Amino acid sequence: MTPPAATPIVRATAIHKHFGALHVLKGVDLEVAERELVFVIGPSGSGKSTLLRCLNRLEEPSSGSVVVDGIDLLDPRTDINHARQRIGMVFQSFNLYPHMTALGNVTLALRKVAGRGRAEADAIGQAALARVGLADRAGHMPAQLSGGQQQRVAIARAIALEPRVMLFDEPTSALDPELVGSVLQVMRELRESGMTMVVVSHEMGFARAAADRVLFMDEGMIVEAGPPAQIFAAPAQERTRAFISQIKHH
Amino acid sequence: MGNWDRFVETFFNAKVMAKYWPDILSGLFVTIELAALIVVTGLIAGLALALLRSLGIRPLNWLIVFVVDLFRALPPLVIIVLIYFGLPSVDLVPSGFVSTWISLALVLMAFAEEIFWAGITAVPRGQWEAARSTGLSFGQTLLGVVLPQALRITIPPLTNRTIAITKGTALGSVVAVSEILGQASSAVSNSYNPSPLTLGAAAYLVLFLPVVVLGRWIETRFAWKR
Repeated sequence: MTPPAATPIVRATAIHKHFGALHVLKGVDLEVAERELVFVIGPSGSGKSTLLRCLNRLEEPSSGSVVVDGIDLLDPRTDINHARQRIGMVFQSFNLYPHMTALGNVTLALRKVAGRGRAEADAIGQAALARVGLADRAGHMPAQLSGGQQQRVAIARAIALEPRVMLFDEPTSALDPELVGSVLQVMRELRESGMTMVVVSHEMGFARAAADRVLFMDEGMIVEAGPPAQIFAAPAQERTRAFISQIKHH
Repeated sequence: MGNWDRFVETFFNAKVMAKYWPDILSGLFVTIELAALIVVTGLIAGLALALLRSLGIRPLNWLIVFVVDLFRALPPLVIIVLIYFGLPSVDLVPSGFVSTWISLALVLMAFAEEIFWAGITAVPRGQWEAARSTGLSFGQTLLGVVLPQALRITIPPLTNRTIAITKGTALGSVVAVSEILGQASSAVSNSYNPSPLTLGAAAYLVLFLPVVVLGRWIETRFAWKR
């Protein structure tokens, strides 16, 4: 259980987000230390996905500050495209480019953003696909892959850029149950390699086994945070207790 | 003379056809030239407008939507006549050929913009987010990720619309363009026999059937494995 270090990789402070009249995030603070895996749980509509999307500015916070790897993401002088290379993101719906092969998906940003030549990008891309166990699927189109394989290609696409932190937005929610395991396995290996990760998910078993800290969010605020054993077995807050007992009964 | 003989004499008169086929052929070349110019300029202008619109600059988009709706609403013949007879009053004297080209290119531009725009907006938001999250810029995402997918969706409606508008080159006969229909019409007046119109119809088939087939081929060629 690593407590937040002196210089966290992610430091989000007093994040507020309004969608019109809707106040989705109500002053959220989040620090993630290097090599830490932070797991975010909470009922749907609690703002956990929005918080995650604020961490790479896919969502523009209404106020607050987000600093990732020393870069102030909300500073207008920040080159956001440069900064985003250091922040990998994996989506619930995979979002692979359907008109490109698995390798093409992984190498696009390597060539266009990181400025690698085709041969070099292909080599890095192949290595990334090998890390997620799909070296033999490089030439396949996304539609020829199972959901689990597509999500692993999406993970390869993110890690090929050698990010400092990876954001996972419900990475297994769109998968058939028998395909969830392969994706969690890749995430576990990523975690063991020392990747800093922020995971929004309902996979409580994975959280118990792999998370350093679990955050419980409700109504746009972090209600409670702590090591998984504490949050799952002995939550301090009534709302956390209610939520935990609800998912335990599933 | 039986009905059949009269029919052949009227619409398939060999003597008249033999005399006037070179005129129809020259009309075919004018139509090809006109059609090619309309397709190239109309589609490029339509794509350019759709890409401009995706920048999301409000006042610019109002202007684009206004122009597009205007040229979708006006009958092409009205635009041709307005340009041919109206522009000379401001000291611009476009030929019938140029008037027809500009008019139909504007109409194709308008419809193509709507089709390209529909294609761009049909690409799921997740594609934008995935690309932007890896550091691709707005332009790189639009051109490298979104547009290739949008173009594949747009090919069938675009092919249909392009053919429909390009056939409008026949309207050029109204402003003295010597394209297929213009040549056929004057041949009919000169020979007192409608057979040149039959030749004209054949010329349109020769020109547009391959285009229709080409459109079908492009549709299958650019479909990716699902």
